[in-house]
Amino acid sequence: MKYIEEYRDAYLTQKLLKDLRSILTRDWILMEVCGGQTHSIIKSGLDQLLPKEINLVHGPGCPVCVTPLELIDKAIALASRRDVIFTSFGDMLRVPGSSSDLFAVKAAGGDVRILYSPLDSLKIARENPDKTVVFFGIGFETTAPPNAMAVVQAQVQGINNFAMLVSHVTVPAAIIALMESPDVKVDGFLAAGHVCTVMGYWEYEPLAQKYKIPIVVTGFEPVDIVHGILKCVRQLEGDRYYVENAYARSVIREGNRPAQAVIQRVFELCDRPWRGIGVIPQSGYRLRPEFAEFDAELRFPEIQSIETKESDLCISGLVLQGRKKPHECMAFGKECTPQTPLGATMVSTEGACAAYYRYGRYADANRRIDGDKWLKNPI
Amino acid sequence: MAEKPNLIGWTCPRPLQNYPTIVLGHGSGGKMMADLIQHLFSPAFENDLLGQMNDSTTLDLTETFQSIPSNRLAFTTDSFVVSPLFFPGGNIGELAIFGTINDLAMSGAKPLFLSAGFILEEGLPMEMLGKIVNSMAVACKFGGVKIAAGDTKVVNRGHGDGLYINTSGIGVIPDGINISAKYARPGDVVLINGSVGDHGMAIMSVRSGLEFETAIKSDTAPLNGLVDSMLEVTHEIHCLRDATRGGLAAVLNELATASNVGIEFDEKAVPILPEVNAACEMLGLDPFYIANEGKFVVVMPEAKAEEVLFVMRKHPYGKDAAIIGKVVENHPGLVTARTSIGGMRVVDLPAGELLPRIC
Repeated sequence: MKYIEEYRDAYLTQKLLKDLRSILTRDWILMEVCGGQTHSIIKSGLDQLLPKEINLVHGPGCPVCVTPLELIDKAIALASRRDVIFTSFGDMLRVPGSSSDLFAVKAAGGDVRILYSPLDSLKIARENPDKTVVFFGIGFETTAPPNAMAVVQAQVQGINNFAMLVSHVTVPAAIIALMESPDVKVDGFLAAGHVCTVMGYWEYEPLAQKYKIPIVVTGFEPVDIVHGILKCVRQLEGDRYYVENAYARSVIREGNRPAQAVIQRVFELCDRPWRGIGVIPQSGYRLRPEFAEFDAELRFPEIQSIETKESDLCISGLVLQGRKKPHECMAFGKECTPQTPLGATMVSTEGACAAYYRYGRYADANRRIDGDKWLKNPI
Repeated sequence: MAEKPNLIGWTCPRPLQNYPTIVLGHGSGGKMMADLIQHLFSPAFENDLLGQMNDSTTLDLTETFQSIPSNRLAFTTDSFVVSPLFFPGGNIGELAIFGTINDLAMSGAKPLFLSAGFILEEGLPMEMLGKIVNSMAVACKFGGVKIAAGDTKVVNRGHGDGLYINTSGIGVIPDGINISAKYARPGDVVLINGSVGDHGMAIMSVRSGLEFETAIKSDTAPLNGLVDSMLEVTHEIHCLRDATRGGLAAVLNELATASNVGIEFDEKAVPILPEVNAACEMLGLDPFYIANEGKFVVVMPEAKAEEVLFVMRKHPYGKDAAIIGKVVENHPGLVTARTSIGGMRVVDLPAGELLPRIC
């Protein structure tokens, strides 16, 4: 498949890894911000091919993982109502709330539907005028434009039986929170290519200067990721720090202006709690007052009083900040598995814990594979 | 080998004039049910066994055991609930016949008799039922089996998804054939008879809310003929398993667990159609976890593998067959894959329903 296979090429990956090895003089801790990158790193086995000097820590960029428990419980409360059709992206359904998940609600008779596009919610709303269709509007800047567009379209088309439970978060605020935390030690960031496709990377330039840290816009295929790491390390080894774009086939500095405009039109910045991390100031989007009629929390005010409690065992907050690796958790692979997740990082395939569990778990997991040798001698 | 029949435009030979759809009375056990059997099921499945008209059918195996030296039967059952009922490359009826034929073939059995139980939802168009039943009859001929017993029930509207089918099957396992999920041994190689993920993605392409235009067709097919030709080369086949729900990944995990061995495969060696790959990329799914209805995994000693592969590739349902991996002593119970960039990953059982990723 064009524009995919080239970026999964063993020869190119090895060549970039060789370049990387040739410039490394010491250990570096890099954070890949996006869960999609974590997924790709583990799925491609790239973690085992990287030089031992590169220590990758997994960032908070998995929308499923950082959506606060409170919102999940609110979603469950809404989905349980007979007068509501609850629509969501697929992998939110298995995220555990305080005592249940959306799959269980569906099994108990709730009308819960998986969508690929939030705009499909409007179609469902038109077909079911006696119900309120509530869409779970989660994600980073990547999913914000289509979610915003659904709200705009609902207003334009006068679809009053549509509402959105909004839990949007933004990447730059998370980077600031991480850099301000004394416990987080990261030498460089691989910024999330898809978020930058929408937002551009101008927002990151003051951050790179303020915190004296390289930020490299990075794609999602193995070649992209090694390319991003190489650029990041080149800066670090040269004692430089600025924003670089290693995903130029998708990202420009200004980003996608029309997409940004629709976000601006519908959402405004707000303080937002992140699951396992806590409230990060100005880190999320909420609906602007002019779109308040579509806010599910205002439409169903009784859900605002929901209180929640996290598992005592789960350390997903520390994992999301890169302070712990998933397998350092006492519950990892024991009480907590993808079948019985204690925290959201074990649910989504983008979640660091699930990625570790799914792809990294085998007897000699720490043994590094000699990729060069295999290239000459495949199975 | 005969091509699959084209059922577009097929009409029931003797339509039930007054009932264009199934009504509750068709499951009542009275005249309406008799009419349905007489006019719709019997003409399609007509054979000497159904002609017995008893509560159970008597199967005389004397001739079978004379032609096939054996003292073992294989017996299996499967229920089919696929939605939509018609999809690119097949329908639920054909699937119900081929699925059970394949389950028998995976024990090395020669499939002989099937039962067919129908749960019909009130309101199912009679013409649709006719098409499905007729394609089941054609599938039976194609796979060399007879429907020996049947049942029909009707449920209230809203209590079923149009139509559910259960098929059970009996086959005879010739002497000298010992195939089991427990028999994979270190040193064995792993083969597959063709591209993975076709069926699941064909279904997904027409599923409500997700329709996308694609040329992907279900791979539904009877695999007994292909298995027969492989067993003619050698009886030294350790495991056979059709890669239905959970796809290739689930089957390899089941074999690794049952035999307490590790399995390693090479991702690049597994055939995947470009359009299936593209659809999986678009939807955030892994093709190794997508269901198939005409694909199976073979585990056998390396010595005879090339010869078996040669025979498989000559068969229409094995033309893209490939050796994809090997059985190892390391990491018993675990399946690992060599990735396209030369890394290694664990390919685990799917946790539950496949969920598309958010972004």
